[in-house]
Amino acid sequence: MRTARRRRLARDRFGLAYASPVAAVVAVFFVVPILLVVYMSGTNWKLLGGNQGINFPDNYGDVVDHRMFWPAVSFTLKYTVIATVLLIAVGLGLAMLVQETSRWRGLLRTAFLLPTALGLASSSLLFYSLYSPQVGPFNDFFKSIGIASILGSPNGALWATVFLIVWRYSGFYMLLLLVGLQGISGEIYEAARIDGASPGQIFTRITIPLLRPSLALSIIMCVTGSLLAFDQFFILTKGGPDGSTMTIVQLVYNLAFESKRSLGLAAALSVIALVALVVVNIFQLRVLRGKGDE
Amino acid sequence: MNSTRRRSGPPLLRGVIRTPYYVLTTGLAVIFLYPILWTMIESFSAQPGSAQTDGYGLGNYTTLVSYQAGLGVYLMNSLVISLVAVLVTLVLSLLGGYAFARFNFPGKNLLFLLTLSILMVPYATLLIPLVIWLKYLHLNNTLVGVGIVLAVFQLPFAVFMMRISFEAIPREVEEAALIDGCGTFGALRRVLIFAVKPGLITVGIFAFLAAWNDFMVPLYLLGGDKQPLPLALVNMRQQVMGVIDYGATEAGVVVLMVPCVVLFLSLQRHYVRGFMSGALKG
Repeated sequence: MRTARRRRLARDRFGLAYASPVAAVVAVFFVVPILLVVYMSGTNWKLLGGNQGINFPDNYGDVVDHRMFWPAVSFTLKYTVIATVLLIAVGLGLAMLVQETSRWRGLLRTAFLLPTALGLASSSLLFYSLYSPQVGPFNDFFKSIGIASILGSPNGALWATVFLIVWRYSGFYMLLLLVGLQGISGEIYEAARIDGASPGQIFTRITIPLLRPSLALSIIMCVTGSLLAFDQFFILTKGGPDGSTMTIVQLVYNLAFESKRSLGLAAALSVIALVALVVVNIFQLRVLRGKGDE
Repeated sequence: MNSTRRRSGPPLLRGVIRTPYYVLTTGLAVIFLYPILWTMIESFSAQPGSAQTDGYGLGNYTTLVSYQAGLGVYLMNSLVISLVAVLVTLVLSLLGGYAFARFNFPGKNLLFLLTLSILMVPYATLLIPLVIWLKYLHLNNTLVGVGIVLAVFQLPFAVFMMRISFEAIPREVEEAALIDGCGTFGALRRVLIFAVKPGLITVGIFAFLAAWNDFMVPLYLLGGDKQPLPLALVNMRQQVMGVIDYGATEAGVVVLMVPCVVLFLSLQRHYVRGFMSGALKG
């Protein structure tokens, strides 16, 4: 008995040893920075001058009063709603188009997935050229509908970025939703059809409810990703024109390195973003998972 | 999936019904492939304000090669960052996955949840303190530091993936190795590592693509001659005031894109499996 117990304890020690590199890296590069950012958000911490002492809660007040704060919040929310609705709709549409197995559908899946292997930054640079008034291939078309530069107007910049994101990410959501679609047994569809259900009824009454777990995961990932949008706007629009496409995460960068050069202010805003994200995700998990358990 | 197949009717009618499907899907495939093919062609062709003044040639690539520190330096930076990130991710997730799947130790669940919770934290929230913290660690403005930070962002997926890979191996396999006189590390090195190889390949691909393509982490943490290629390209575009050299930008995008496309096409199965496992955990 005793040797068995000792052997188990010895084995536990090995387990601890194997987990210790992960524990060390998580502690040093995740836990410490989180604690540090909370501390920094309560201090007057300059990019160049360093820590000038505690000033809690001034940073939080200053950030919320910043003239770009509410515009950035509302733009980020607007972008999140548009991007999520479109990505889920397009992803689901693509998944239904390639659901069955055939050579052609296999090629289609590859084509739709290819952009997901590209970086978001390189994709953004690619579309920056594609949209440019100098070398873009669609300039004649844009001009004919009265647009000199698609990125030059607030709405044009928003939709141009949304198009890039749909191009880059819909293959990913197609794949997530495809897993869900293929988990729905063909017999259920068969039974519905025999009962005289129309294709529309089958879609809303069978496909959507049975797809709920996959849809929930897709929506959560999409909302999280969109709330944290940075690269695409930083590269395509730089927050412009006139700050109309400034997202929260861009404002963090802007406060830290461009306008205020204050790490304290940026830390306060990024803590607000972290808390908001956790709250949004708890809310989403409740709503989406709660109904899935029925 | 043959249940939807026999809504058919006569072959001719079936053909008529299917034609719109092929027209629609071909159109969609063109939309998805067009930007990639367009940049590839444009990078070799003449652009206003670029080194390639007429016809087709390598002018845009020549500009890129001699831009500031040179394409070679930026590519090398990207390569070093990616290798560090892949290596750190593989070692940590291999050992961690083994520990989480096969051992019990105090704090196991807490550590696993803590690792997964990295997913919930915005990049920016970690990057602001890391600007300061890496200085204390003497890792500021270093490729190794950025490689490790990128590996940290990969940990939730990688550790999860390796944990389920180890859990899928029958316990008897490990026990047989232990009876044969291997220690637990011997069992890992001689036997188990081969059984989790597909998981390691998937984790490796994802870590490489993420590190190779990342823009935001280097933007916060690196500058000057330490920049990886995506950051250097974005800065190149901004520095030439007024006239943007689209030709050189496109050439850079192609240089960044080619390894990703090759990796994706050659290891697509592993790539797709990574996404699938993500979908299953939901």
